[in-house]
Amino acid sequence: MADLKFPSPHEVERLPGTDGWERMYPNHYQFSTENLERKSYEEGMFWFYDGLHYPEPMYPFDIIWDEAWFLALSQYNNRIFIVPPAKGIDHRIVNGYIYITPLPVTNQEEIPKRVEEFMKRAGYYYQNWVDLEKAWEGKMRGIIQQLVDIEIPTLPEMEEESVVFEGKGISTGYRLLNAYDKLIDLGILCWQYHFEFLNLGYAAYVFFMDFCQKAFPDTPPQKLTQMVSGIDVIMYRPDDELKKLAKLAVELGVDDLCRKGDCETVLKAMQGSDNGKKWLEAFEKARDPWFYVSSGTGWYHTDFSWNDDLNLPLSFMNIYIDKLKAGESIERPMRKVQEERDRLTEGYRALLKTDEDRATFDQMLTQARTVFPYVENHLFYVEHWFHSIFWNKMRDVAKILLEFQFITDVEDMWFMTRAEIKDALWDVVTSWATGCKPRGPLVWPKEIAWRKQCMERFREWTPPSAMGTVPEMINEPFTILLWGITSESMANWAKLKAIKEGDVSKIVGFAGSPGTVEGPARVCRNVREIAELQEGEILVATTTSPSWAPAFQKIKAAVTDVGGVMCHAAIVCREYGLPAVVGTGSATSRIKTGQRIRVDGATGEIDIIS
Amino acid sequence: MEIRECVLPFEACDLTMVNRVGGKCASLGELLRAQIPVPPGYAITTDAYEHFLEENGLSRKVLARLDNLDELNINEVNSASADIRSWIEAGTISLPMEDIVAEHYRLLSRRARTPAAPVAVRSSATAEDLPNASFAGQQDTYLWVRGVDDLLDKIRKCWSSLFTPRAISYRIKMGFDHSKVLISVAVQKMVRSFTAGVMFTLNPSTGDPATVVIDSNWGYGESVVSGEVTPDQFQVNKITMEITKKTVSDKAVYYTTDPETDEVKKLEVDAERRVQQSLLDAEILDLAKLAKRIEKHYGKPMDIEWATEKSLPYKGEVFILQGRPETVWSQKEVKPIVEPKKSALEHIVAGLLAGKKIR
Repeated sequence: MADLKFPSPHEVERLPGTDGWERMYPNHYQFSTENLERKSYEEGMFWFYDGLHYPEPMYPFDIIWDEAWFLALSQYNNRIFIVPPAKGIDHRIVNGYIYITPLPVTNQEEIPKRVEEFMKRAGYYYQNWVDLEKAWEGKMRGIIQQLVDIEIPTLPEMEEESVVFEGKGISTGYRLLNAYDKLIDLGILCWQYHFEFLNLGYAAYVFFMDFCQKAFPDTPPQKLTQMVSGIDVIMYRPDDELKKLAKLAVELGVDDLCRKGDCETVLKAMQGSDNGKKWLEAFEKARDPWFYVSSGTGWYHTDFSWNDDLNLPLSFMNIYIDKLKAGESIERPMRKVQEERDRLTEGYRALLKTDEDRATFDQMLTQARTVFPYVENHLFYVEHWFHSIFWNKMRDVAKILLEFQFITDVEDMWFMTRAEIKDALWDVVTSWATGCKPRGPLVWPKEIAWRKQCMERFREWTPPSAMGTVPEMINEPFTILLWGITSESMANWAKLKAIKEGDVSKIVGFAGSPGTVEGPARVCRNVREIAELQEGEILVATTTSPSWAPAFQKIKAAVTDVGGVMCHAAIVCREYGLPAVVGTGSATSRIKTGQRIRVDGATGEIDIIS
Repeated sequence: MEIRECVLPFEACDLTMVNRVGGKCASLGELLRAQIPVPPGYAITTDAYEHFLEENGLSRKVLARLDNLDELNINEVNSASADIRSWIEAGTISLPMEDIVAEHYRLLSRRARTPAAPVAVRSSATAEDLPNASFAGQQDTYLWVRGVDDLLDKIRKCWSSLFTPRAISYRIKMGFDHSKVLISVAVQKMVRSFTAGVMFTLNPSTGDPATVVIDSNWGYGESVVSGEVTPDQFQVNKITMEITKKTVSDKAVYYTTDPETDEVKKLEVDAERRVQQSLLDAEILDLAKLAKRIEKHYGKPMDIEWATEKSLPYKGEVFILQGRPETVWSQKEVKPIVEPKKSALEHIVAGLLAGKKIR
C-alpha cells in the first residue's frame, strides 16, 4: 500500500505577499485553530483538493458556484433524501484552492431510521424518474428564460416621466439592486435544481459498476461504463448542429463562403444569395440554445460560449466541411456504439453464474441507463446554457461599476465577492441618487490590483492533493464517482508523487478509454488553441468540454489533467474508439507540444518517448 | 485383444474413452473434435499396456510387489518403485505391437514431412485430470523423441512412470486400486516451440470469468509448467478481445532443442531477450480466441497448454497441446455475488451502507 500520509490542514504554507488573502473568500471557508473543537474536527477529516472543478485558484466571485453546490449537494444528501450513511460535503479554501470532505453519519443508531426515509424519498424519485426529469427540464427552461429577461438598467440622469405618471414609485437605483439580487438568486436556484437528481443518479451508476466489478474483478471500469453508453444525450447536440450546418452548406453550395474569413465576413457574404440566406436561417436557429455550449467546463467566468465567439463554431464546422468534401463520414458511430454496448451487455450477462446475479444485473443496469441522460444532460442546462448567459449578465453589472470607476476593466469585477459587489452597487446607487461621489473608486482599484498579484502567487503554487486524515471508508456517492476516491486512486496519487520526484518520462492517470497509440502531442490549454491541432496528433488538455467535440475528429488519443472515467474526454473517446488517459494531474505541464508520446488507454500510462 | 486396438489416432479419441486412452489423449481427441489446432498424433492405448504386462509376466508380479506397502515408509515405496520400473523398462514389446507402433510413427512422419519426425511422448493415465483428483504432472513426458527405437524406449518409460514413488503413495493415500489405474501414452508431433506456456479461461488469481490469462516463455512450455521461470503474463478481456494487461517478466532460462546433439536442453536466455515480450499481440489474441472456443466446447473453465511456431511475418501458427477442466475455481460453490433484492433501490441502499473502503 502506498504511503497515505497527508499534511495537516493547519500547516499549509503561507505565500509571501499574500497576507490577508482570506478576505477574498467567505470566512467559513477558512481552516482555523482558534477553537479546539473546530481545530480537531478539521485535522480529523480527509480534505482533498477539488482539482476536477477548480484546476485554477478561485476568483472571489467565481466561488459562487462552489457555495451553491456546497449547499445544494449537502441538503439533498442530508436533509431531503436522507442518504443513510452520508451527510453533506464540507468545504475549505487554501491559497485560493478548494478542498472538500464528505461527512459520514457517525452515530450508527441513526442509520436504520435514515434507511427508512431514504427508501421512501429516493424511492419516489427513482420510480418516477422520467416524469420528474421532464418537469425538471421545464423548471430549468423557465429560470433560463427569467435570466434572459433580467435587464441590468443603466442609471439615468433623470427618471422617465412614466415613473411619475404611472405612479411606479421606484427608481432605477432600486431596480439595479433588485436586478443584481435576482441574478444571484437565480444562480443559486439553478444550482438547487442542478443537484435535484444528481447524487441519486450517481448512486445508481456507482453501484451498478460496483456489482460488475465484483463479478468481473479484472475488467477495467471503462469497459463496464460502455454498457451504459450509446444513449442519446444532448451533450452531443451542439456538435450535431455543426454537422448539420456543414452538410447544409455543402448541399446549398455555399461551403466556399464559409471559408471567406472571420465570422462577420462569412455572415455578410451569406446575405448575398438566396441559398446563403437559407443557411443563415439555419445557423441562427441553431444558436439558441445550442451555441450556448461553453468552451470550458462553464465553471469559470473565463469560459466563453460559441455564441460569444462565433469564429469557434465556424472553424469547427469547416473541419466537417473538409471531411465531407473529402468524401469522409462525419457521423458519430452511434449505431456501432450501440451494437458494441449490446454485445458487451450480453457477453457479461452470459458469464454470470446464477439467476439471482442475472436479476441483480438487470435491475441495476436498467436503473443506471434510466439515470444516465440526466447525469449528462444537466451539464448542458446548468453549466453551459445557464452559466454562459449568467456570466454575460454579470458583465452588464460590471459595466456599471466601470462607468462609476470602481474598476478599470470589466473583467476586474471577478476579483470581488458577490457580497462586495452588492455593497459596491449600494455605493453606486446612493451616490447616484444623492449626487455625490462614491467611495468605491478610492478603494477598489487598489484592492483589486493587490488581489490580482495574490492570485498570481496562488497560481505558481502546487496545492497538495489531500490534507488531514484518511478515513477507513467513503460512503458518499458523489465523491466516489466523480473523483474516484478509492484505495487505488489514493495509491495512484502516491505513485504520482513518487514519479514526480523520479522518472520524468512516465505519467500515470486513469484508464479512460482503451487502446494504445503513439504520436506527436499537442498541448491545448484552451479551446482557441484547438485551431492549431493537426490530424493525427494526441490532444493533451487540462480538461475538455462538449464544445471541443470537433477536435476529436482529428486526434488519435486524448490525455487530460483532470477527470475520472466519467469525464467528457473519456466518454467521447469511448464513443469514437480512441484511447484516453484522464486525471493525470500534470500532463499539460509535463508534456510539450511536438514530443512523441505513447498513450496506453487500458493501463492509464503515458510514456514520453522523445 | 486385437493388436490393432493398441494404437488409436487422436481423431478417433474423445472424452468417453478415458479408460482406453487416458485423460490426456481423450482430451486431445476432444479438442480436435472442436476443430482446435492440435499437433497430430496417436494414443498407445491401455490395452497395449495391459498386453505388455501380460506378455512379460508382470501383471501379477507388480501387484504383489505393492501389496501391503506402507505409503509413509519412503524407503519401502522407493525400493518398490525402483523394482517395478526396472522390470517394465526391461520388458519386451511384442513384434506385432512394435510393428503397429512403427507403422503409425511412419505415417506421422510422412504427415509431418520430416524423416523420423520428432515427437513428444507423454503419459496419459486413466485417473489423471479428473475434476476431483489431480494426477497431472505425476507421470513422465519426453520431448524431441526421434526414431522407432527411441520411441519404444520412451513408451516403456512412460508406462513405468505409473509407478513413481509419488504416484504410488498418492494412490495409496487416495484409496485408488493399483490394478484399476491404467496408463496410455500420447505420441504427438513435436511443435518446435518458439514460445509456449499455459493459459486459463478465467483469471486463476481473481476468478474473473471474463478474462483469459496467458503465461508465456521462450522455447518449450516445460519451463512454465515446472515453475522454473516467472513467465510473461497477458490478460485478455474475453468479451471485447482486448489485451487488458501485460506483465513482461525477466525470464532467465528456456528449453529448446540443441541442433548439435538433437536433444532438448535448458539454456540461459540471451540478455536482451530476457525482458522482451515473448508473444506478439496477434498471437496473444489468437490464443485467447482458441481459449474461448475450447471453453465453449467443454462448457466449463479450462486450463490449457499451448505453443507457437515461429513465422515472420506472423501467419497464426499457434497450437494447443493440452486442455483440461480448471479445478480451483470450478470446485467453489456457486453462490450469488450479492444477495438478491427486490429492487435496484434496495441494492443502492446496501451499496451505500457498505461504502468504499479506502484503506
